[in-house]
Amino acid sequence: MIEVDARGLSCPIPVVKAEKAIDRNPGEEIIVLVDNEVARENVTRLAGSKGYSVVSQATLDGYSLVLKR
Amino acid sequence: MRKELVTLLIAGCIIGLASIVLVRLGNPANMGFCVACFERDIAGALGLHDFHATAWIRPEIIGILLGAFFTALFTREFRPEGGSSSALRFLLAMLVMIGALAFLGCPLRMILRLGAGDLNALTALVGFTCGIGFGVILLRAGFNLGRTRKQRKAESFVMPGVMAGLLLLVVLLPAFKEGGPVFVGTKGHPGCEGTATTQGIGIAISLGIGLLVGILAQRSRLCLAGGIRDLILIRSGLLLSGFVAIFVVGLAGNLLLGSFNLGFENQPIAHTAHVWNFLGMALVGLGSVLLGGCPFRQLVLAGNGNTDSALTIFGMIAGAAVAHNFGLVKAASIHGKGAVLLGLVIVIIIGIFNRED
Repeated sequence: MIEVDARGLSCPIPVVKAEKAIDRNPGEEIIVLVDNEVARENVTRLAGSKGYSVVSQATLDGYSLVLKR
Repeated sequence: MRKELVTLLIAGCIIGLASIVLVRLGNPANMGFCVACFERDIAGALGLHDFHATAWIRPEIIGILLGAFFTALFTREFRPEGGSSSALRFLLAMLVMIGALAFLGCPLRMILRLGAGDLNALTALVGFTCGIGFGVILLRAGFNLGRTRKQRKAESFVMPGVMAGLLLLVVLLPAFKEGGPVFVGTKGHPGCEGTATTQGIGIAISLGIGLLVGILAQRSRLCLAGGIRDLILIRSGLLLSGFVAIFVVGLAGNLLLGSFNLGFENQPIAHTAHVWNFLGMALVGLGSVLLGGCPFRQLVLAGNGNTDSALTIFGMIAGAAVAHNFGLVKAASIHGKGAVLLGLVIVIIIGIFNRED
């Protein structure tokens, strides 16, 4: 399982980091940690466009997004 | 997705309409809103540069920021955060302003100019898009300005507080010493001329429209640089739809009111130096991607509690002062052309040397 920590990074860098992780590890489950709503929505949209489903869970300082194909 | 699109389209339409109303009320042509020009006007009013003809503490800017601020508080989206590469952000913001004043407008005014048939804005839009494209390459290569941290509330109240202070200055217009500051220019601003009464009404209308736009921009996250960036980066045209709406409403308004004039020549507050329109907005596009948003979006983010954006606004005001004091505006002088080129070089260097994998 790959973890991408995008907390504290503003739009669109979480998207770029998530995209990189997806491209480098095709098909693998990826967890993206974000700390704001905009990043959550943008990463979710990216994941959708790449054919991934997203399960979003609230954490202490934001969201943990589990991306699965 | 659907809800976001509707919010963006509504926000875009109302901002387009608001721009037309502000021009009818006396704002300069094709300048219902221009974040770069208006921050320049504020710098002038405070005596930070010597171009006093258009000096005016712009209630529109105050309104946008405070509208976003109150909306963020009300929706509990207010988040005090910042502290990522402060000095670099200040420098980038100065350079973005120098690029915007080389063209004579921020991305928002570029779209408004385009809606009025000013084809120089098309040259600029191509440059702007190229700048963003290059910025996306840098983002993919690992560019970022570092992580933000949670800040204390007091830190993120500075910019809304400054705006409240500016509002007090524009309402009271105190005479600190003979002749200024606060300087008040003479042309093309609602409430800028005439008696105290018209000033009062002009200020209230500009502030009210600004507040409305700030609320809508906060809800919709409208951003032109972000819109084009998302189209290139994640093939999503969602964020761009708001600006398409601004363009369409602006175009319709100009056609209806007879102020549509297609061409390069004789456009209001514009010039036809194509290379510098192109390069000026390329600098704005690239700088905006590295800063995470265009000048308009920075106002809204600062209202949301982002202190990096607050610093970006200060940087843009400083950049406006430099642009006018050093005669860089319109890239008309050799210094102005040099400043745009040097700006591009500096921004590219910043982009290349701030990477992590």
